[in-house]
Amino acid sequence: MKLATLKAQRTVTLVTMALGNQTLALPTSYLREILDPLPATRVPGAGPFVPQVVNVRGAVVPQANLKVAFGITDESIDPTLTADRRRILVLELQIDGENAMVAIEADAVHEVATIETDRLEPVPAAASEWPPEYLTGLYRGQDGFVLLPDLPAIFATQVSRPVVA
Amino acid sequence: MTDDMTAIFRDELRDLLDSLERGLLDLTSNPDDPSLINQVFRDLHTVKGSGAMFGFSELAAFIHNFETFFEHVRSGRLRITPEIIRLSLAARDQIPGLVDGTADPDGQRDAILAAVTALLPGATPVPSEAPKVEADADTAADLHAADEPGSDEPLPDASARLEFRFVGDALGLGAQPEIILDELRALGATGIVAALEDVPTLDALSVDQCLFSWSMDIPASVKESDIEEVFVFAEADWKILREQAADTTSQGHDFNLDAPDVTPPPLADTVMPVAAQAVDPAPALAAVPDHPTAAQMPQAATIRVPAERLDALMDSVGELVIVEARLTELARLSRDPALMTTAEQITRLAAGLRDATMTMRMVPMRSLVARFRRLVMDLSANLGKPVTFSVLGEDTELDKTVIEKLADPLVHILRNALDHGMETVAERAAAGKAADGVVELSAEHSGAEVLIRVRDDGRGMNAERIRAKAIALGMIGADATLTQQQILSLVFEAGFSTAAAVTELSGRGVGMDVVRRTIESLRGQIEIDSALGRGTTVTLRLPLTLAIIEGLLIEVAGEKYTLPMASVHEIVALPPEKSAAKRGSDFLDIRGSFVPFLRLRHLFDCQGDAPSEQNVVIVQSGAARVGIVVDRIVGTNQTVIKQMSKLHSSVRAVSGATILGDGSVALILDVGHLIGNGRVAPSDTAKEAAA
Repeated sequence: MKLATLKAQRTVTLVTMALGNQTLALPTSYLREILDPLPATRVPGAGPFVPQVVNVRGAVVPQANLKVAFGITDESIDPTLTADRRRILVLELQIDGENAMVAIEADAVHEVATIETDRLEPVPAAASEWPPEYLTGLYRGQDGFVLLPDLPAIFATQVSRPVVA
Repeated sequence: MTDDMTAIFRDELRDLLDSLERGLLDLTSNPDDPSLINQVFRDLHTVKGSGAMFGFSELAAFIHNFETFFEHVRSGRLRITPEIIRLSLAARDQIPGLVDGTADPDGQRDAILAAVTALLPGATPVPSEAPKVEADADTAADLHAADEPGSDEPLPDASARLEFRFVGDALGLGAQPEIILDELRALGATGIVAALEDVPTLDALSVDQCLFSWSMDIPASVKESDIEEVFVFAEADWKILREQAADTTSQGHDFNLDAPDVTPPPLADTVMPVAAQAVDPAPALAAVPDHPTAAQMPQAATIRVPAERLDALMDSVGELVIVEARLTELARLSRDPALMTTAEQITRLAAGLRDATMTMRMVPMRSLVARFRRLVMDLSANLGKPVTFSVLGEDTELDKTVIEKLADPLVHILRNALDHGMETVAERAAAGKAADGVVELSAEHSGAEVLIRVRDDGRGMNAERIRAKAIALGMIGADATLTQQQILSLVFEAGFSTAAAVTELSGRGVGMDVVRRTIESLRGQIEIDSALGRGTTVTLRLPLTLAIIEGLLIEVAGEKYTLPMASVHEIVALPPEKSAAKRGSDFLDIRGSFVPFLRLRHLFDCQGDAPSEQNVVIVQSGAARVGIVVDRIVGTNQTVIKQMSKLHSSVRAVSGATILGDGSVALILDVGHLIGNGRVAPSDTAKEAAA
């Protein structure tokens, strides 16, 4: 999703979540449900970004770890986060031109908030410590910057991943 | 006429057209087979009858004319020639246009009718500007008069008498006597009398049976074919009594043959004296089996169901099987014998329901093959390359989804075989080959797979030139060592097959990458084999079904995987001297033959140590076998196949996933891929997997 697309509306409703110390926000239009962590099955050879699948109400859904895409390491985890705050967010979005379900892990889910799109800013290309192609934009929240990941772009790189055994 | 009913007709028409085409193509090789000729005639007749009923009068008129012509073939006055087949196929191709009401500006339809009429010995040409039933019926009558007196001729005397009665549960099936009577009145029937002798008392009356019979006078000008039209959709016995000609003809459906007990005594009473004095009943009865009615086909009752309802049913069965697995698991944990017994019964029922549902979705290859035969015939004629096209294993059944998606790739492969694979007649002569090329399509079951092969005896593929081209395109390094198989498989690469210039030298055309993608989307595999100068064979390996399979659940390092049961050949214990090694591939001696095996723990980069006793599951795909070393065999299970997400499309070792009784997900291993891995050094692929 591009920033211009979001800015076409006056406001956008976002769900904010924690990944380590970082706060991310996703448009709620992607969101299907938020669940407690489910028993996951490892997919051998799938790589670290989407390493697992889970059973979401009878559907086999890939589960992604966005920390890998953004290079968030476990050492930087906020000490206030505990295992029982972990959730998974089940999203429905376009992957490689098709509607698909995907689950993403979150260390905590904070809130659903409507913000004015005027507050959204593009990612400063030079100074960013985040891969700019993975971000739609960011805005200033209460405790620092909140990132808006460009999920279709992130997952598209996974689809075009080379074949492994 | 509602749209619904027209849709039913169009549905039926599609099948009829397929059957017609198949029959005509079969006649090419067996021109004297009376059952084939009868089948074609029956199909024509049914198209005409249904068409007329649904108001497609132009269609009915056209087919009627054609049917009249074909009657000469059926009666043996005309032998099937390639020209007749060609014209018949052309006529068949006009049918969809007639149904859609497409105009015929070039006069093709009339041209076809004129051409077939010209084939008749001493025929009066059909007036091409008015191809109406009436006009042609006269022609037909003239022709019939030659050696089949009393068939379609105007009845010879002024006072013929028609008698008819409905048979079986005609009323229950929707027969409407008043409409039949109205139609007969329109033909000029007079003095209609109903016979009531057979009507029983009220308590014995069945609402489904019509117990009246009728008799009437009909004018001499009425032809038997006209009366036949009236009864075409009524299950009725009817007879025309012609006193002067002393000729009784029995027509109509064969219910009196199949179920003699429904023949009504009162009618027999009135008819028999006349028949007995003049006519040997044998010819009339003997004529009945030739009568072209669908009712005579020895077939079981069938019902048409929209495909999406079957899909919905399959989805429900899939859910049921998953819930059943959950129930079995809960019952096992509860240790309640009553609950366990019930769960077992549910398991059995679910398995039965699954099998029944899957059987419903199975379609024989035959439904596809007709259009291929047509394609090959047309291509062969257009390219001037005579070929013999044979089909083996038409009855092989596949899931309908698979069949539907298979049509385009197979068309592509066949087209390539003829267009590029097959040499010209001159080239074949120079190579010392028979002038007629051979193209063979075969289908057979092999374990959990169906193998479909397209084989030709054409020029074959030049591996050296493919290799050179691939190097020039930068697809492989100049020093790459590839097997013959690997080189030939390069034509499936997108970059290769879209290079148009390659077409001629490869003997395989553009778009093979699309073919491969389609086959892979069906969880199948495509293989190609070719010998220069001797031909090419393309083999498609397809799973029997995309929905539910019997699986063997195995465990490796605490992770559960499923193998398709049908590909499991046997299970053996891993010999202790082999279990010591942790890495690398090795061979097992299975009753004298060496089977390579690979370690799933290693391939999947599992943590921890292997248990002291491991098992080897020997899986088979085609002729290739490979052993898979696992920690433990858990058991068999019903595996409802769920597709993997596109995010995991790079993982080739896994073909899908399923949900187990405890709600967790188990991955389904791709046996074909594992066997491929067993052939190459597994340690290398495992490193890639770990990377």
